[in-house]
Amino acid sequence: MASICSVLPALLCKFPAIDDGTIRLARKTIDDGFKGFVRSYGDAIDTVVQPLQWFLNYLEGAFVASPWILVLIVMVAVVYYGSRNINITIGTALSMIAIGLVGLWNDTMITLAMVTVCTLISILIGIPIGILMARSDRVQAIVNPVLDVMQTMPSFVYLIPVVMIFGIGKVPGLIAVVIYAVPPMIRLTNLGIRLVDQEVLEAADAFGSSAWQKLKNVQMPLALPTIMAGINQTIMMSLAMVVVASMIGVGGLGKNVLQAIANQFFTVGFLNGFALVGIAIIFDRTSQAFGRRLQKHSEVIHG
Amino acid sequence: MASHAIEVKNLYKIFGPNGGDYVDAVKRGLGKAELNEKHGHVLGLQDINISMPAGGVMVVMGLSGSGKSTLIRHINRLIDPTAGEVLYDGVDVCKMSDNDLREFRRHKTAMVFQKFALLPHRTVLDNTVYGLEIQGVGKAESEKRARGWIERVGLQGFENHYPNQLSGGMQQRVGLARALTNDADILLMDEAYSALDPLIRVDMQTVLLDLQKELKKTVVFITHDLDEALRLGDKIAILRDGRVVQQGTGQQIVLSPADDYITAFVKEVNRGRVINVETIMRPLTGNPEGLPLAMGMVLESAARAMTGAHVNAAHVVDENGRPIGALDLPTIISAMVTPTSHEDKRAA
Repeated sequence: MASICSVLPALLCKFPAIDDGTIRLARKTIDDGFKGFVRSYGDAIDTVVQPLQWFLNYLEGAFVASPWILVLIVMVAVVYYGSRNINITIGTALSMIAIGLVGLWNDTMITLAMVTVCTLISILIGIPIGILMARSDRVQAIVNPVLDVMQTMPSFVYLIPVVMIFGIGKVPGLIAVVIYAVPPMIRLTNLGIRLVDQEVLEAADAFGSSAWQKLKNVQMPLALPTIMAGINQTIMMSLAMVVVASMIGVGGLGKNVLQAIANQFFTVGFLNGFALVGIAIIFDRTSQAFGRRLQKHSEVIHG
Repeated sequence: MASHAIEVKNLYKIFGPNGGDYVDAVKRGLGKAELNEKHGHVLGLQDINISMPAGGVMVVMGLSGSGKSTLIRHINRLIDPTAGEVLYDGVDVCKMSDNDLREFRRHKTAMVFQKFALLPHRTVLDNTVYGLEIQGVGKAESEKRARGWIERVGLQGFENHYPNQLSGGMQQRVGLARALTNDADILLMDEAYSALDPLIRVDMQTVLLDLQKELKKTVVFITHDLDEALRLGDKIAILRDGRVVQQGTGQQIVLSPADDYITAFVKEVNRGRVINVETIMRPLTGNPEGLPLAMGMVLESAARAMTGAHVNAAHVVDENGRPIGALDLPTIISAMVTPTSHEDKRAA
């Protein structure tokens, strides 16, 4: 190395970084600017997201405070009507009972409430953005790199600004989870709409459909299998992220996992881990079976 | 409901980002190959002038790449022309605002597609009401009308099936029912039967002809099959490389093909089932003799009737039974077999 550097000009050998002073100044300016922003607008932002807090608290309260047997019955009913599959339903009941037996019922309810809210918000945000992306190549060109950043940026990094703005609690956790879980929803909505058969779209045009009628009657229904896959992915990613979000104050199974890591509680860690796996499988199988049921019309019976 | 004629005038379509820049060059004689090679634009249609008869079936025939599907998409403007006019009832479709165009498509046109283009998540009934649903017609009313048409195309009992559960022929019946339920003056059929088996195709042609007898819509039918064109068309236009090479009635095209290209097509046609008796009859001299034949009878039927009755001579009568011409068996036979003039043309 040294021998090569002796013949090369110094500029080409050691990377000419911007000097430390300038970087420090830039860092300080940005940090101060952001802190200033948080100081002036933090309260306003808190007020805006207050409904989320209420909704979260309400749902969590409902899940935790209801008698377990009621929750179990509702869950089994939802799973059955979603999947119409007796195996999935029995599996759901057994996993929930196992979770209850090892004393994780309340924590599981908290996590369930969190994942439900996160998934709903991701769908509410993801589908409209996905539709906009599918309608315009320009929007797609802008949104795609943003999604890339959201998916590859280590989640701990964006926890920093989230905590700076919202402090520690459920809402910042929710925002962190949504940032992590919404990209597949957006991407698959976009993809699903773009893959809709051109012939069918042409037919819709030929009959004089307006843009809204085309979206409602043709694009969304035909994109539904892909959109369902997006919802499924979003649920899975929310579940994964709930553990990370426990670092900033989200309770439930994730918090137990975090404590287990800190204290090297092998059994506690795995029990909570398996509880998460149980919920994940219930959500996954139910949503997939539901998606397949919606596609019943694509079964070929005749030639 | 009186249908109106569709007039296509000086229509040009050049595909590419700056198609409009090359219209004048094409008018001055720039060819399709040259346009593509030098300028990277594709000549879709050039100088199309067709008058499509009101209440009749206009067939546009051509092989793939001839521009026939492009042409039919100009009538409801699924494709915008580069230059020219498409007039319906005196209004240029190409100049309509988005709103007017949508209304025009909703109420004046209905289209049947080669690959059916049905909505896979809707049942036959829900597919059939699609046009009316878009127009905002109430559910009860539109379902009533849809059921009527489903029955007319022979699909009763399948109302609650999904398209995937039907065969190709049945799916296209749904496509036809969907178009007819729209109750539009113009029926656009884009290679509607090309994806069907030959027997089912003939079957569907019969369905269309039977319906057309009472509906009298202005039908534009695209096909690559000359037999189909001759069977259905009141008027036929033959397209090649985006240009009309010949237009006229089936009789005119079979009897006097405009060039070698059409001659080659026409050679394979069963002339006995296309040419009518009045096309080859000679003027009446003296008293009508032999078997009376109705106007519009094809040669094959005439020959069968005459041989069945063991007569050599016949005369043609019009709708009122008045004799208008005469012909004999040898004339019919010689018109049915390909005349030598065509062979000469091919040899030349």
